[in-house]
Amino acid sequence: MAWVDTVVQGLLLGGLYALFATGLSLIFGVMRIVNLAHGDFSILAAFLAVVTVESLGLHPFTALALIVPVMAALGYGLQRLVLNRVLGRGILPPVLVTFGLSIIIQNALLETFSADSRRLNPGGIETASVPLGHDLAVGWFPLITLAVAIAILAGLQLVIDRLPVGRAFRATSDDPETAELMGIDNRRLYALAMALSLAIVAVAGVFLGIRTTFTFASGPDRLLFAFEAVIIGGLGSLWGTLVGGAVLGVAQTVGAKLSPGWGVLTGHLVFLAVLLFRPQGLFARARRVA
Amino acid sequence: MTSVAPSAARRVGLATAAVGLAVLVCLPAWGDPSTMRILVEFITLLVLAQMWNLLAGYAGLVSIGQQAYVGLGGYALIVLADDLGVNPFLAVPLAGLVAAAVALPTAMLVFRFRGGYFAVGTWAIAEVYRLLVANTTGLGRGSGRTLKAVFSLSRESREVATYWLALAVGLAALVAVYLFLRSRHGLGLMAIRDSEPGSETLGVDVFRTKLGVYVGVAFGTGLTGALIYLNLLRISPDAAFSINWTAYTIFIVVIGGIGSLEGPLVGTALFFLVREMLSDFGAWYMILLGALAVGVMLAFPRGLWGLVAERWDVHVFPVQRRVPVEPAGPDPGRIRP
Repeated sequence: MAWVDTVVQGLLLGGLYALFATGLSLIFGVMRIVNLAHGDFSILAAFLAVVTVESLGLHPFTALALIVPVMAALGYGLQRLVLNRVLGRGILPPVLVTFGLSIIIQNALLETFSADSRRLNPGGIETASVPLGHDLAVGWFPLITLAVAIAILAGLQLVIDRLPVGRAFRATSDDPETAELMGIDNRRLYALAMALSLAIVAVAGVFLGIRTTFTFASGPDRLLFAFEAVIIGGLGSLWGTLVGGAVLGVAQTVGAKLSPGWGVLTGHLVFLAVLLFRPQGLFARARRVA
Repeated sequence: MTSVAPSAARRVGLATAAVGLAVLVCLPAWGDPSTMRILVEFITLLVLAQMWNLLAGYAGLVSIGQQAYVGLGGYALIVLADDLGVNPFLAVPLAGLVAAAVALPTAMLVFRFRGGYFAVGTWAIAEVYRLLVANTTGLGRGSGRTLKAVFSLSRESREVATYWLALAVGLAALVAVYLFLRSRHGLGLMAIRDSEPGSETLGVDVFRTKLGVYVGVAFGTGLTGALIYLNLLRISPDAAFSINWTAYTIFIVVIGGIGSLEGPLVGTALFFLVREMLSDFGAWYMILLGALAVGVMLAFPRGLWGLVAERWDVHVFPVQRRVPVEPAGPDPGRIRP
């Protein structure tokens, strides 16, 4: 029964990883760049939650109402002022600028909040659990995380499939020049995509901060897990990232159960195995918006 | 097409370099150990920068995972020298070979990614190597190991030998990159950078050229990693496989000027200057360097050296080629109707 428990925990962890992966995948789908500061933005959001919770006395979930718009605005401004300038100039500039941002955010967090690890306190829900059968119990918080992840993925799918902005995302993703000729302002659209991406990753960061402790240096790992979930699931598949996140989550929890130091490493090795034997991922799709 | 004729700037550059090199070789006679240690650090960062510049600036392989080879080189030095009894100074180039041997299968995996995903992919692989080392008992697990093979030497002779080795490595790296870029393969590489499909139709083997550069750069980076830990003596997985190695390197190359040999030199000098000036302000020097790198990337994509080279047309290490301008009037070599 202990193994079933491990696998269930891993599957639920996958919901959190899918949240991280979705924003990364959306940005790559719409403008073909990888935001190397993606993980650091989630940690920035988690620290913003710490400040909001401590200064305003809010519950972390309520704090999201403040943090998500702030991060979305940050994403919009960042794209407009910085990232739009490096698009279309080859692969080097976007990689370097987002990597530079990653290092800047990490060191700014270190200077502001010190190297101490932090955690968000949601007031007891993180330890509450639902019994499933006589040996198995599932935590309320991982269940809520998975439910939120599914809701966000479904919402994003709806936006992409049904709304005008989603149609514009698809058009620009397929052919930016023609989309521009049809009256789409690509630069504004990219800013909207980045705003959406950082809004989602802000939610992911706050949920991460409730689930586990974090420090200024926790960002890069989040980026790598998000990237691995995207590749395992298959580029361009929104629901694939959920499966990719679940596979990664199960690999990590099973690996950690085998030997404490092997959790993250097992996740990486499963990712490498997928890359080796099924490089297109489990659910590759031709269309590549998120 | 012909190479650029030696210019005045190049002659001045070569003369300065010769005098500078003579001064550097004789430094142990009067310099103090701390100067030598800083110079070893300067040279190792410069070589890392030259290697990354070749990889990203010329081959278009924007790797964020070069710390993998710094760490592997450092650990290879300790295993070769302490466990296998190889002379530690001889173990430094051998560590480069170990890194190159690991780079070959690694390339088969990371070459599946393009552009931005190549960058994250190399980063993920570097983490795999860090975790593998951190979980290996023989390598000291998370707490790392100390290089003991050099304890039999006196402190002074160890420091002088390390310094001279670093000097030789720094010079060899510069000459090797320069000669490579001026060679047929270097021309092919620059053709790939300018247009991959175009160079392929002209007969450049894109895959093999890129693979060769990736493995060669891993050799240089691994060798430098071994040199770094020959100087530091104490290694741990978190430090040896730290993303900071790549961050320093990238900031140096971007600020100095990517895609030129002079750029990394300018960048390394600036890096040391900023670090010394802000040594009392903790992590602020990394924030400043990061902001500077982002700013330079946005405003001057060819870096500070690019500004100088464009403004005054100076090239200390000319690797660019130009189409000679044909004189006006009838060309005797051409068949006229």
